[in-house]
Amino acid sequence: MNQSAWELFWTSLGPIVHGAIAGTIPLALASFAIGITLALGLALMRLSRRRWVSGIARVYISIVRGTPLLVQLFVIFYGLPSLGILIDPWPSAVVAFSLNVGGYAAEVIRAAILSVPKGQWEAAYMIGMSHRRALTRIILPQAARVSVPPLSNTFISLVKDTSLASLILVTELFREAQQVAAFSQEFMLLYLEAALVYWVICLGLSSIQSVLEKRLDRYVAH
Amino acid sequence: MSPTDPTDPTDSTDRDAASAPGALLRVRGLRKSFGPNQVLQSVDLAVGRGHVLALIGPSGSGKTTILRCLNGLELADGGTIDVAAEVSLDFGTPPSKKQLAALRDRSAMVFQHYNLFPHKTVLENVLEGPVVVQRRPKAEVEAEALALLDRVGLSAKKDSYPFELSGGQQQRVGIVRALALRPQLLLFDEPTSSLDPELVGDILRLIKELAVEGWSMVIVTHELEFAREVATEVAFVDGGRIVEHGDPKQMLRNPKEERTRQFLHRLLFPF
Ligand SMILES: Nc1ncnc2c1ncn2[C@@H]1O[C@H](COP(=O)(O)OP(=O)(O)OP(=O)(O)O)[C@@H](O)[C@H]1O
Ligand SMILES: [Mg+2]
Repeated sequence: MNQSAWELFWTSLGPIVHGAIAGTIPLALASFAIGITLALGLALMRLSRRRWVSGIARVYISIVRGTPLLVQLFVIFYGLPSLGILIDPWPSAVVAFSLNVGGYAAEVIRAAILSVPKGQWEAAYMIGMSHRRALTRIILPQAARVSVPPLSNTFISLVKDTSLASLILVTELFREAQQVAAFSQEFMLLYLEAALVYWVICLGLSSIQSVLEKRLDRYVAH
Repeated sequence: MSPTDPTDPTDSTDRDAASAPGALLRVRGLRKSFGPNQVLQSVDLAVGRGHVLALIGPSGSGKTTILRCLNGLELADGGTIDVAAEVSLDFGTPPSKKQLAALRDRSAMVFQHYNLFPHKTVLENVLEGPVVVQRRPKAEVEAEALALLDRVGLSAKKDSYPFELSGGQQQRVGIVRALALRPQLLLFDEPTSSLDPELVGDILRLIKELAVEGWSMVIVTHELEFAREVATEVAFVDGGRIVEHGDPKQMLRNPKEERTRQFLHRLLFPF
């Protein structure tokens, strides 16, 4: 790489990292928090004995998983205005990503709840717990342990998927890179630079993931 | 540490106490099906205060299902369960949650596979029921729990997690967890059958001590020698019925029913 390429690399790192810190990361965090809450509700609905309750959750999950995220994003940002519903880019992105995470994480959480041995429910009932209390104090803590690895992967995917928000004009990592690229005409350099920053973020997240798994492992034999 | 309503152990020679009107537990005509499979045909049994009923019988005969119905973990399809004067359930009509909770409150179960809570320490396992569910004062319950753990030789392990304990230690925690609930009736489902042979004796000795102290219990077991020595009454379960019941010393040596005879023979001479 020549001198000016290096210079461009360093000067563009500023806006790109700013895009990550002010756009990508908060977008991912907010969507993940809302999405997981939604997912827990959907997972419990899926496990409900009432047919229609689990049916609603099943249909929702099927739609979210059976349609492209980009299309979901466009429906909310470009589609809803024709029904008179105008949402700004940022909230549109949060809504779309949350709904999406909700659908995917629901199946993870449902599987984790089902993976807790039946004997745990029975011991909880035996000591006099109600269904709700058994769920919150005995089952969910154990399910949480099981779902950390898959949910971490969901989060890492989400971080990368937020690059799609650049298409609805959200100022985030990739959109910053695109703008510098358009201005400087150095497409290869800027897109590789964006890729590098995503990669570094994901490496960081992976190491947080393994620390988290070790801590949650403390009550499990190996 | 004694049951909430201890009885005079001197009356334990009274074999008829179980069928007397004052029995602690009385079950009549209990029925249970899983789909087309009728697992309990019509079970009648009674346990007097301070008495020990041993259930024996072949695999799949319904012993565990009986205990689970007594603890309200399984909903019987028909029949009645009465505990002392306080709980009286007729399963002809499905009981309410409240009635089921009242039934469950009376008894505590010790499971074959312990079923300790793996994410809680030994002490937390014991406190969970009395403190969180029964809302008794934590300091009081903790003192009681520590005394119980000390008694079974586990006070040093109070902050350990279940996976750090041997099977025998886990089962002792399981027993302490049950005792801490202060039930009127203890239910044991093959408490020693997942243990290494050299650990079985410790657990049986502990259960025997509890029996001597006057705890009322129903215990499913394949340990005939234990049943003979500790039980007040033994019942042979086969095909979802009580085929024969009576004094353990007599019945185990000289059963009346052919099926009981065959079962005991198989247990004594497995090959
Ligand atoms: N939840 C269930 N659903 C369907 N069938 C069941 C269920 N629980 C028990 N059964 C069936 O009921 C029958 C009696 O089971 P149970 O566990 O009470 O037998 P058991 O006498 O305790 O046997 P073991 O000595 O092997 O423990 C068995 O045929 C079993 O397959
Ligand atoms: Mg059984």
